Amino acid sequence: MTAAADLAVGQVVAERTVPLTRDSLVRYAGASGDFNPIHYRDDVAASVGLPGVLAHGMLTMGAAVQPVVDWAGGAHRIRDYQVRFTRPVVVDPEAGATLTVSAKVAALDAEAGTARIDLTVRAGEATVLGKAQVVVVVG
Amino acid sequence: MNPAIQGRTYPATAPYLVGREKVREFARAVLSADPVSLDPSSARAAGFADVVAPPTFAVVVQEHTLAQLLADEDAGVDFSRVVHGDQRFSFTRPIVAGDELTATLTVTSVKTLGGNAMVTAESSIADAGGAHVVTAISTLVVRGDA
Repeated sequence: MTAAADLAVGQVVAERTVPLTRDSLVRYAGASGDFNPIHYRDDVAASVGLPGVLAHGMLTMGAAVQPVVDWAGGAHRIRDYQVRFTRPVVVDPEAGATLTVSAKVAALDAEAGTARIDLTVRAGEATVLGKAQVVVVVG
Repeated sequence: MNPAIQGRTYPATAPYLVGREKVREFARAVLSADPVSLDPSSARAAGFADVVAPPTFAVVVQEHTLAQLLADEDAGVDFSRVVHGDQRFSFTRPIVAGDELTATLTVTSVKTLGGNAMVTAESSIADAGGAHVVTAISTLVVRGDA
């Protein structure tokens, strides 16, 4: 774990590629209790005009913060986490989907002992989360 | 969508007992490798009585409050038209296995924009002693008829 004094705004603290499959969606549905069928049934997704089965937004949000959790030294170091869901993540039945996460220091608060880490989260080339900000305890 | 629900607070949900295996199951589902969430001895070494939930686990407790809002006929939120817009969790402390949590939802804002409505719901989650643990805030976009 890095002390606040050793961090600089703009520094990339974590990068990760996160593969999602239909299995990931079923597992998340069971763990979270979100059984909306647009997350596992192609016919239902098509009937409401979606391009395919979508990852739960909360799965994308939950997986995207893990590189920061690992960097920060545990889930208990996260003070605040927010995202905007700007684009759905379509999960192909065979190829799945791949999220890429980049986490960068956006602001430091030495007095509070916290850093604000901003996430860039993409599925393929498209950014899927906006205003994705994590406040973590540092040092 | 009834704009008069702005400011409405729903009754606290029944206590939700956070189980160790539920935390571990949820952690695996969000692809966590965090020992503090997966391994009780690592959690104890970090100063906690049991495994620590991943940050977004709070949604499992929050969900019971959103169900109250969606079931409120007077609120008139049509679930089939709801899209999740924004989500935020603000922690006083992390959720730990063994916690017994209740959640209280307040509708803090209702806005209409074009044909759509945006509802912001804040669910304050407290432990058995009544102390604040985390506030979960969702903005739901309710698409209009057009």
